[in-house]
Amino acid sequence: MSKKEWPLWEIFIRSKAGLSHKHVGSLRAADAEMAVENARDVYTRRSEGISIWAVESKDVYASDPTEADSLFEPSDSKVYRHPTFYDVPDGISHM
Amino acid sequence: MSALFEYIIRLGDDSLILGHRMSEWCGHGPILEEDIAMTNIALDLVGQATSLLNYAGQVEGNGRDGDKLAFLRYDREYKNTLLVEQPNGDFGTTIMRQFLFDAYRKPLFEKLQNSSDKQLSAIAEKSLKETKYHLKHSSEWVIRLGDGTEESHQRIQEALNTLWRYSSELFYTDEVDATLLSQGIITDIAEIRAEWEVTVKNVFEEATLQIPSNNWKQEGGRKGMHSENMGYILAELQYMQRAYPNMEW
Repeated sequence: MSKKEWPLWEIFIRSKAGLSHKHVGSLRAADAEMAVENARDVYTRRSEGISIWAVESKDVYASDPTEADSLFEPSDSKVYRHPTFYDVPDGISHM
Repeated sequence: MSALFEYIIRLGDDSLILGHRMSEWCGHGPILEEDIAMTNIALDLVGQATSLLNYAGQVEGNGRDGDKLAFLRYDREYKNTLLVEQPNGDFGTTIMRQFLFDAYRKPLFEKLQNSSDKQLSAIAEKSLKETKYHLKHSSEWVIRLGDGTEESHQRIQEALNTLWRYSSELFYTDEVDATLLSQGIITDIAEIRAEWEVTVKNVFEEATLQIPSNNWKQEGGRKGMHSENMGYILAELQYMQRAYPNMEW
């Protein structure tokens, strides 16, 4: 068996109209077309979706975990960014 | 035996035996993703067999259901084509067998959707969606392997050379078809064959594959005359029902 592996693809599935595509996992495929077909077989067998996006993993530019402190922690101390200082009027449900 | 029963048995047995062959790949696929794809196809085919054989049992009216027909007939009572019982061989052979079959099944189900027999038309409509995907899957693989590396090209060409002789039986007709044709239940197989020939020609052209010049044909399955493979398939398929009659799980 050849040691050369097919490229890795990240798969996004839209579960129903109106919702956004969500990352569901990754798989290997020789090209984009095969990635979508494999995703259909691997991730939508139980009616999980109505649309598939495949993005080659190498094209995903990710944040650096070692920079997490400077990227994400500053927002922890800024509670005023959350809409928690309002009184919700009676009769408003689903908030 | 009614012509309708015989015809549905032919369709159902093609699905059952090819589904069984594809299920043999479960856990042995060349890659994980393809393993799942082939198992899906196997399940689709077995599902079609269930609908068709249950309906055949109804038409027959002797109290046999799909399970009884699938598991408790003798080899000569199976009417699948020789093509679908051929061994899996390498991945290319399996794909070529599937492609030759899918290219015939798609136009067949398209035509059967308009059958005057409502049940057959409903089964065809449901199966067509699955079959379209099977054909897309198998034709893309034929093209990838044919127009791939030197080795993949050579292997799938060999698969074509081996399997080509079994392809004409897909278009076998006899008095069963003549009867159903006159009743408007089926359409002329010539239309299906014409469409099959176009699909096969286009895909092989793109895959840079040569149709064998040797046109010798091997037939028999539709009349219950099978290759030696059939006994082995049935031994595995029927073992449980034969050893433990009427068991369910």
